[in-house]
Order: sequence, then structure tokens, then C-alpha cells
Amino acid sequence: MNKPLKQHLIDPEICIRCYTCEMTCPIEAITHNDDNVVVDAEKCNFCMDCIPVCPTGSIDEWRVVNTPYSLEEQFEWTELPEQEDIEPAAEGDGAMEALDEAMAALLAEAHAGAGGKSVAPQSASKATVNLYNLGKPIEATVQGNYRLTAEDSDADVRHIILDFAGQPMPVLEGQSIGIIPPGEDAEGKPHLPRLYSVSSPRDGERPGYNNLSLTVKREEHGVASNYICDLKKGDKVRVTGPFGSTFLLPSDPDAELLMICTGTGSAPFRGFTMRRQREMPSATQKMTLVFGARKPGELPYFGPLKKVPEDFLRKIFAFSRLEDEPKHYVQDKLREEKEAVAKLLKSDKAYFYICGKKEMEHGVEEALADIARGEGLEWKPIRDRMREEGRYHVETY
Amino acid sequence: MVDLINVSYDTQIPNNVGLSSDRKVLKALEKWHPGYINWWNDLIPEKFQKSMVYLRTAVSVDPKGWAKFDYVKMPEYRWGVLLAPQVEGRTIPCGEHYGQAAWQEVPGEYRNMLKRLIVIQGDTEPGSVEQQRFLGLTAPSLYDMRNLFQVNVEEGRHLWAMVYLLQKYFGRDGREEANDLLVRSSGSEEAPRMLGAFNEETPDWLSFFMFTYFTDRDGKMQLESLAQSGFDPLSRTCRFMLTEEAHHMFVGETGVGRTIEKTCQVMRENGIEDPYDIDKIRSLGVIDLPTIQKKLNLHYTLSLDLFGQEVSTNAANAFNAGIKGRFQEHRIDDDHMLKDATYTVWDFEDGKAVQKEVPALTAINMRLRDDYIKDAAGGVGRWNKIIEKAGVQFELKLPHESFNRKIGVFAGHNFDPDGKIVSGAEYDAGIPNWLPTHADGDFIQSLMVPVTEPGKFASWIAPPKVGIDNKPGDFEYVKLHMA
Repeated sequence: MNKPLKQHLIDPEICIRCYTCEMTCPIEAITHNDDNVVVDAEKCNFCMDCIPVCPTGSIDEWRVVNTPYSLEEQFEWTELPEQEDIEPAAEGDGAMEALDEAMAALLAEAHAGAGGKSVAPQSASKATVNLYNLGKPIEATVQGNYRLTAEDSDADVRHIILDFAGQPMPVLEGQSIGIIPPGEDAEGKPHLPRLYSVSSPRDGERPGYNNLSLTVKREEHGVASNYICDLKKGDKVRVTGPFGSTFLLPSDPDAELLMICTGTGSAPFRGFTMRRQREMPSATQKMTLVFGARKPGELPYFGPLKKVPEDFLRKIFAFSRLEDEPKHYVQDKLREEKEAVAKLLKSDKAYFYICGKKEMEHGVEEALADIARGEGLEWKPIRDRMREEGRYHVETY
Repeated sequence: MVDLINVSYDTQIPNNVGLSSDRKVLKALEKWHPGYINWWNDLIPEKFQKSMVYLRTAVSVDPKGWAKFDYVKMPEYRWGVLLAPQVEGRTIPCGEHYGQAAWQEVPGEYRNMLKRLIVIQGDTEPGSVEQQRFLGLTAPSLYDMRNLFQVNVEEGRHLWAMVYLLQKYFGRDGREEANDLLVRSSGSEEAPRMLGAFNEETPDWLSFFMFTYFTDRDGKMQLESLAQSGFDPLSRTCRFMLTEEAHHMFVGETGVGRTIEKTCQVMRENGIEDPYDIDKIRSLGVIDLPTIQKKLNLHYTLSLDLFGQEVSTNAANAFNAGIKGRFQEHRIDDDHMLKDATYTVWDFEDGKAVQKEVPALTAINMRLRDDYIKDAAGGVGRWNKIIEKAGVQFELKLPHESFNRKIGVFAGHNFDPDGKIVSGAEYDAGIPNWLPTHADGDFIQSLMVPVTEPGKFASWIAPPKVGIDNKPGDFEYVKLHMA
């Protein structure tokens, strides 16, 4: 059997046959007859030039197929075929997390902790993915690089602001971008991009500015993290992405968010919080953040976080290295909050997000299972239902 | 070096034509700019000037940069001068200069002809904004309001595009013509817009959708043929305008489609099978399909008139001079000079419509009109699919091109929508069934109630299948200014 591939298609029910995509395609992969405008799977190289020029949105359709639909088949369509059941499906809800295999594999790995196929929240905005790739990256300019951890801490976590000037970078909260470190690896090949979650909201680190922020921890011998943490204002950086189409924020103001993170896993939640602060500042009592670190000086954004009103974002900190205090981890705090968590487990409006180191997954899930059991509920079916409804998300590295 | 792809903001006027190093033109445009802003501010109700509208702005003319979406107050929209990138070695695609290098400056012998074409095109752009000035007040949703404003700001930008050409290439008379574009006004007694179709007010949203579908499509065809111009700056200007024009086509096609969809849905829900059960259908707050057909007849035939006379020496001259080509000239396989070719046109002889062969050179208008008809028929077919899918027995049709014409060989004769000659009495009796009546207009007007809650739509129109910029259904496309 052929390896399944992603095929770019155009929705004939929505397309108005303006042929703008056809005129834009640099390699003439798009053609039409009297009925439909179609993409030739043999030619299309996913450059995505046709996506922004389409006035209708009909252009942004993808199917995973074993054998691509031929031009003749597509000419006959009056509506798009359903996605066939093809295993293993690397995407959720028909949406692509990423179009290149390497990035898709990285995200699949990061989302594996959810226990099944990830699905975006129903009311989430539709994510753009792979606007830029390794062959065609975008250049950003460093606008700032600030240390977030205390001077005396041995953890060096940084807040990096990248500016895209006039170039489009449509990124949603929860999405990631790739950073390409300069130079080559030991085998003399150029470095592959490393993925980082964006920590700013979609309208920019500063509203209306075409910039975004990343939250990056310096790792010993880390090629990319050391490169990024050493960046200076004005430096140019090669960027790919955006990536990810499921770990997203619901647009529904009534959604209740439980966000559990450690360390730089807080990045997407900073974006979530800022988005909701800007978009729906009156939606109070809807967000809870459970945030773990060794001590306050190592908790990224500790200062700014404390300024977010408690009724807008309830903050529960878990510190594991405080002098004269027992060690607290996020799962301990979840257990302490079991009544609130149990209430969320039963709510159709609740969305759970877990982000951080892979090691946290197990403890958090155990705590959630315990809380469910305490209520006479079984965790696995709840989790699976939440995930299928786009309400349970894990992104761990 | 001038960056010809990305838009430069180093002058008051965003542009990719290196304005900052072209002092003379920059000065002329800056002088024109306040008049333009006044025109805009006088036109759009103040409440909307202060509202935040989710609009797309071009930040560059390459595919990645020209659809940047964000909230913007309309008077602060970055109208600018944007030309598609210059194609190296481009040649004149048609006429007696076929194959010669495209002109980068105005060829002296065609100066007046070129100027006139640019002025006419320029005149239609603000005209349509003027016609649509009151529609914001009765928008059926924030989504539709946003689409209206997007069309409006882009028509405004198209005016800029033409004014730039006038200021840059036509010296003092160019400047005077540019000023006159702000003096003439749709429907004005003293100084009306140049083409008849742009002097009628757009009274309701169905008219707006029909206008964007049929009349803007004429604009698209004109832009397509000007994009084939041997005068390269005009060609590049029009090529970029076409990408924006596609959005206007989209607003028209989906607007009419959503109106039809809602009518069919309500008919089905209420068990109405007869599409001519007009009173009952109207009582349910939707527009009956026969009335939609009448609106279609009106806007289609008005738009056909915009193509001018079937046989025209002006059009022949423009083609022969290489300043206006045919639709998709580069895809046509002929000599591109029309030396011996003929083309079939309509004529009126001995009391009836006949088709005959004439030299193709003189039939340029007719050919463009035929291309237009084919293009317009596509969407009608897709509207019929919506009706068919809902199980309603009704088919929308383009009327025969002889019906209701004021320009060309059919003008002054009584044709019915099937193209049959009828007597004066039959014609008078038929008209209320063929074209919208005052009563039809009043009924449609009665449905025009504004809906401003995000995600909600007026009774007569269905929500869109996909949001703008992939936004969710309840997205607040316009953050209305509350005084």
C-alpha cells in the first residue's frame, strides 16, 4: 500500500470560480474546467501561496488519502468527499497540525499524552499552518530578550520578542513556531527547526504590532536554546510555521479553562490569558492556572502574573524547592483543589490543558483519575470524551 | 533601492512605487489626499467611521502579504498605491504593436484615449461607494456589514490607483481629471458619475448583492482587459486590483446564494412547495424566488449596457493601439491583431434580432460581453444547485440579452426575457412579472432591519458557510462605536 499523503483540495460548494488562486500559483498546479477549480496533487508543493489570496476560504481544504483524487474526479464533484478513515491519522478533526512530516511527527509526539487523536475546541479559530517551512522560512527581527528568572537562579528562562514587520505571521495562542539555528550539525547538515510555543496573543505581544513572544529556557548544550537565549536586539532569526491546529483556545466566552503547567509550559497559557484579557475582560471566574516551579524566582512571569486579578485568573502555585516547606507539585495542588476540579470534570464547558515536561503527565493524570474516582466516576471515559470534544489537551516535551 | 514588493510607509501614502523619491507626484498626491479623506468622511455615517472594522489591508503585493486582517477604523485605513510586480521583458499583447516592448511611459499618439479609459474606470470606483452609502444602517449582520465596508475601502483604493496613474503620467490635465473624480457624485443633478449604472442608489441589500455580482463583474471584465494593456503601469495596476475585485465577486455571489438558501429553508420548514405562493412566503420574512429572479433580470440587463455598442470603432481603436486587450488575451490562440478574423454579433434587421459575422476587430465589446455572460452564468448555476439541494422546483435564469436594454442594437425594442419580440401592450403587461415593481421594492425594504449582535442574521438571509479569515460564526466583525 502507498504511504498516505495529504492532498490539497478546493471546496466546490464555497468556491466562486474567480481563479485568483490559479493566477497566483507559481507552478501552475491549479487548473479549472467549466465546473470546478482543482489542484493537481502531482504538482502541488504546499507552498501555500494560494491560501491568503482566496476570497472565500474554499481553498483551505485537505484530505489524507492513499491514492490522490485525480483532476477528472475533482472536476466532477459538486461537494467535497468526506475524509476517509486512514490509519494512522496524524491529524485531528481533519485539520493538519503541520504539513511537513518532521514537524507533524514532533507535534504528534508532544500531544501523545492526551491518549488519542487530538481535536481542536469547537469554537477555536481555524489555525493557519506551515505558511513558512525549512525551504522557505521567514526572517524575523529580535525586538527584545529579557531574563525572566531571578538573577541568583541557575535557571535561565528568557522572554524573546520577534518582529515580523510587514510579513504575515498569523499565529494563534497555543500554536508553535520553528526556529532554525544557524550552522550545521555534526554530520554537516543544516540544523532542523526546533519548535517553541508562542507566548503572546494573536494580535501581537503589543496589540496591533506584528510581533510575538517566546518563552525559552537555556538548556545545557542545547544548540537552539543557547542560540535563542543569546540573541540580541536587532538580530535576524529564521522562522518556520505556524504549527499546531488543536492545542487552541476556545472563542466561547463561557468556556472554563483549567491550565496546568510547569516551567516554560506556561507559554501558551500566557497567550490564552492575554487573549481573553484583551477580548473578553468581563469574563471572570472562568480561568484557573496551576503552575509548578522549584521556587518563585524560577517561575516565568511570576511578577506579571500576580498582577492579573484573581477573579479573572485564579492562580495556584506549586513550589518544590522552598526552604522549610514540604515539596509541592502541581498534582498535589490539584488534589487540594479536588472539589473545584471535580466540578470542572462534570462541566461541558470545561477545557483542560496540560503543558510542560513529559514527566509531569503521569502525576497529573493520576491526580485527575483520583479526583474522578472520589466522585464515583471513571477517568478514562471522561478524558476520552473531553478529548473527542476538543476539551482535553496535552502538549509535553 | 526601491522595494517594489513590500509596501513602504515612509510617506503619508503607502505605496510600492517608490513615491518618496518621486517628489513631484508625491506632492500632487498629498495635495489630493485631504479632498479624498473629506469625500470619504462625508460619505460614511459618523458612527461607522468610529467603529472598529475587521478589514484586510495589503502590506505587500505578493501572495503572502496582501491579505493582512485586523481591526481598523475606516478613516485610518491605509489606502495606497500598489502595483503588481513588473514582469521583465513584457511585450504589448495585442494590436498593431503586438510583440514590441510594453510602454513604460504614455505613448504620445494614444495619450487621450488612454486618459479617457483611466478616467472612466476611475469614475466608477467612488461611484459605487456613493451608491452604497446608506447600506451600513440596515446590515443584516456584522459579517455583512464588514463585507460591505471591505468592498467600500477597496473601491476607494481603486480610485487611488487610477488617480496615481493620472497624476504620474498625465501632467496638468491628469491632475485636473483627478480632482474632478472627487467633484462628480453619484446621482448628482449637476455633476453625475459618467456611467448610468453608477447613478442609481443601491436601495437595499439584495440590490447590493446583485450589484456586486453583476455590475462589479463588468468592472472585473474591464479590469481584465485593461490588465492586458500595452501601457505597463496600467496593466500592473489592474492586475493587483483584480485580486481585490475577487472579494467583491464573493460578496455578491454568496450574498444572493445565502438569500436563496434561507428562502428555500423556510419554504421547506413550512411545507411550501409552490415557489409562486408569494404572499405566504413573504409573510415568513424571506424573499420569494420569483422576486429574486426579477432583481436578477434588472441588474443583469443594466450591467450588459455597460459594455456599450456591439460594434464599436472606439473599442477597435483601443485594441488596435494595444492599450486594451481581450479577456485573458494571453490564453487566446490567434494572431492577437485580428487582421482577417470575424466574430458573431447581434444586430436588429427587419424587425427582428439576427446574428451576423463582422470583422472581429470591431466586435471587441461584444466579445467581452460574451465572456462576461459566460462568467455570470456560472454563479447562477451554483445558485440553482442550492435550490435543487433544498428540493424546491424552481430555476433561476439569465434573461435573453435583448431584454430591457437601453444601449446597443436592442435598445428601444420590446423583447421579453426569452428574447421574443412582443407588442407594446404585451410588454407593458409583462413588465411587472419581469422586473421588480415598487411593491416588490417596498417589501424588500421592509425586511431591511439591522442586526448587530455577533453571530446573528436578519430573517431573510442564511449565515455564511465559512467566516472571513476563518473566524468562528460569532466573531464580532465590527466593533460598533456606541456614542
